[in-house]
Amino acid sequence: MNEMTPPKTERAAALKGLGSARKRVEDARFTQGKGNYVDDLKMPGMLFGDFVRSPYAHARIKSINADKAKAIPGVVAVLTADDLRPLNLHWMPTLAGDKQMVLADGKVLFQGQEVAFVVAEDRYVAADAVELVEVDYEELPVVVDPFKAQASDAPVLREDLEGNMEGAHGPRRHHNHIFTWEQGDKDATEAVVGSADVVAEEMVYYHRTHPCPLETCGCVASMDKVNGKLTVWGTFQAPHAVRTVASLISGIAEHNIRIISPDIGGGFGNKVGVYPGYICSIVASIVTGVPVKWVEDRMENLMATAFARDYWMQGKIAATKDGRITGLWCHVTADHGAFDACADPTKFPAGFFNICTGSYDIPTAYLAVDGVYTNKAPGGVAYRCSFRVTEAAYFIERMIEILALKLDMDPAELRAKNFIRKEQFPYQSALGWEYDSGDYQTAWDKALKAVDYEGLRREQAERVDAFKRGETRKLIGIGLTHFTEIVGAGPVKNCDILGLGMFDSCEIRIHPTGSAIARLGTISQGQGHATTFAQILASEIGIPADDITVEEGDTDTAPYGLGTYGSRSTPVAGAATAMAGRKIRAKAQMIAAYLLEVHDDDVEWDVDRFVVKGAPQRFKTMKEIAFASYNQAIPGVEPGLEAVSYYDPPNMTYPFGAYVCVMEVDVDTGEADIRKFYALDDCGTRINPMIIEGQVHGGLTEALAIAMGQEIAYDELGNVKTGTLMDFFVPTSWETPYYTTDHTVTPSPHHPIGAKGVGESPNVGGVPAFSNAVHDAFRTFGLTHTHMPHDHWRIWKIAHDLGLHG
Amino acid sequence: MSKMQINITVNGKKQELLAEPRELLIHVLRERLGVTGPHVGCDTSHCGACTVDMDGKSVKACTVFAAQANGADITTIEGLGGPDGLHVLQQMFKEHHGLQCGFCTPGMITRAYRLLQEIPNPSEEEVRFGMAGNLCRCTGYQNIVKAILAAAAELNAAKEAAQ
Repeated sequence: MNEMTPPKTERAAALKGLGSARKRVEDARFTQGKGNYVDDLKMPGMLFGDFVRSPYAHARIKSINADKAKAIPGVVAVLTADDLRPLNLHWMPTLAGDKQMVLADGKVLFQGQEVAFVVAEDRYVAADAVELVEVDYEELPVVVDPFKAQASDAPVLREDLEGNMEGAHGPRRHHNHIFTWEQGDKDATEAVVGSADVVAEEMVYYHRTHPCPLETCGCVASMDKVNGKLTVWGTFQAPHAVRTVASLISGIAEHNIRIISPDIGGGFGNKVGVYPGYICSIVASIVTGVPVKWVEDRMENLMATAFARDYWMQGKIAATKDGRITGLWCHVTADHGAFDACADPTKFPAGFFNICTGSYDIPTAYLAVDGVYTNKAPGGVAYRCSFRVTEAAYFIERMIEILALKLDMDPAELRAKNFIRKEQFPYQSALGWEYDSGDYQTAWDKALKAVDYEGLRREQAERVDAFKRGETRKLIGIGLTHFTEIVGAGPVKNCDILGLGMFDSCEIRIHPTGSAIARLGTISQGQGHATTFAQILASEIGIPADDITVEEGDTDTAPYGLGTYGSRSTPVAGAATAMAGRKIRAKAQMIAAYLLEVHDDDVEWDVDRFVVKGAPQRFKTMKEIAFASYNQAIPGVEPGLEAVSYYDPPNMTYPFGAYVCVMEVDVDTGEADIRKFYALDDCGTRINPMIIEGQVHGGLTEALAIAMGQEIAYDELGNVKTGTLMDFFVPTSWETPYYTTDHTVTPSPHHPIGAKGVGESPNVGGVPAFSNAVHDAFRTFGLTHTHMPHDHWRIWKIAHDLGLHG
Repeated sequence: MSKMQINITVNGKKQELLAEPRELLIHVLRERLGVTGPHVGCDTSHCGACTVDMDGKSVKACTVFAAQANGADITTIEGLGGPDGLHVLQQMFKEHHGLQCGFCTPGMITRAYRLLQEIPNPSEEEVRFGMAGNLCRCTGYQNIVKAILAAAAELNAAKEAAQ
């Protein structure tokens, strides 16, 4: 090393690579109001679209009269299914292999369904016109209960499927049945359950809710008739998939479609699907020849686009007397609403719900999921979780608690007794997954110690005694969770959406002066990709993260990828980034060796440069190599320094965590104060601890919302009872507790940098932690299980039903 | 619909425009004046993404008619920074990772700007209560609260130093 070379550690720190709590590059524009969200777009001549929506959950449409609406000055068009039929766009394919009405074709199947699309010069005029479209409905019997939907005399909801008993995922056994999906060994599991020492059985319902990002869904479609190009700016979590699907259903050649996801104001799964507003805006732009903007309002968002969960999970968990789990049986009735629009990989109509054996070594298991149509909004998206993983985690973490009650065993001890042990990885689960790595016991011990678990149990017991003596009206609940996620879909061999393999990609160009641009097939919705992907690259190619621009979301410039959801960006696109970086480094090595006049094998990588082995004073920095790559003729080496990687992961990644929630529950008011929340996450290699911590805080708060009050509720007529932020619970800073975060690091053995993904873990693990705390507060008074969300009234009702109100 | 003459000052600049009586301030700002920092996140005044400062008070611009704002002095996120650079709150939100998707951030910072004038040295509890009209779906608020407390400390230190 010559005198001018700073030490390794100093050079590494200057890169702000892996492990650096680098401040976010996105923040400069967002803190100054200079973000560029879809509703900020304004174009010459732009029109506004707005929907006429059904007030009924199930009704036949006898007629639609738009004459009065069209008579208002400024109204340009009113589209109905009849206008879309000649284009064959009155229905569209869903991501789950079903189809969905774009505009009501003969009947409506849920409240808020799109019936007609008004196009006007101004959003106020469009809203006026919506009011004046006259739709004559004939009400039909409504089915909101997925069990009643399967009765032999239940009304036929999907008349378009009548007589078609073969669905996208196998046979249908009833006119409102969508699919049955089975995993595991039924006979063996039933035998184990039938002969076990102890069996705990329960119906665990995970209620319907909604991702509700602060920015709703929307788009601006612009058909340029001069050059035949369609550009759509929109809130798309998967812009390339949208391009391909748009091409397939519209017949417009894919090279003539450009999809741009600008800044996205949160997604959480809401922005994965394809919605009628996108199709209608595109058609309206083609018809009118000018750009058309459609942005849904909050009520439309909550009523019509992308619900989540709604799983009725019947479970049986079998164990020996001393608490060794021997089998798990589960049957799910999945309420998919009026159209099966779940965003799951094709072969997984219930997502990765078969991760429901959780963190435990359960030798025998069986799972069956029945998807059912009802008169509710379509969706079934993964709300801040990998596909149906949060349902699975909630199910197993409730079943464990219920089993602990039955065994009269401490639930922490029961978990520890059944963990998959460190030496069992890679672990084959009874329901078909190969868990990549984990060290559950270490995480568990750390968590219990950090919260002084034994001390908490003592305090809880003392509190129960004081309550019984009439000295207090507050009980303490200790909510435990040890969850295992499955993210990073996924290997193309078994994961695709509508036939599109779920690889992802990164393309890097190094500029002659040694800075770089990287483009990816993913799209940030707040995760900070521009910050963290630059960090991965900085460590791989020795160029400071500050000198690397990261771009995503424009299908004309970014390489093809399947987008951002299911915590797949870091496991898949992050891996592609590292691999593309390694290609750059391989070429840089040849260039460096040439410049240093040694053999390729005689140089070695040193943070930000190649040095001659044994002669560290002889080196070429990446900056020098970049310049030479463009400007020096090197025999046998193409000019330039670029690389692209399409990464097909060999396996999913399996992040895990241990959470403890300590809650004080007021028996008389039903209020629940979160006194402490400790979250230990193991997401493998940590790229940016600041961003990880932020993701955990946010995911936990969404979990708090879901567990403690947030739901999309319907009455018996299919009216949405929680269609605004007045009724749909989104916690404020006031209700949200302080979180303590912690971590262990168990790298993924198959990911190039060992990272596993973290964005969704806190939602997956948080919901059972909050819910278990509520249950735990009442466990000594005989509560086995009660349904979420645990709002004040429901908690009060628990206490009341247990006779605690005297 | 007949239009009314509206005179407002936005971020120090006088603006004259014609607006329908039913037109909301948020739409006048965003669509007529191109001030797109404040956002629309709900229809019911719950989310606070549209928060602006009107005559020294935090208001939700989706719940104010442009006509009600006639003659008012309005500051939005775009008007908080000065010629010397960013406002301390803007710096602290970045420093403490008080934002993720950024959609709530303009309203959040604009509300915090007023909160720190109402309560210059707030406790954590006062910040949590004072910010409860602004929803964030990404951060869980912890780092927002941290950023606001840090900004308060910095502003107070600067004030003390000036005295």
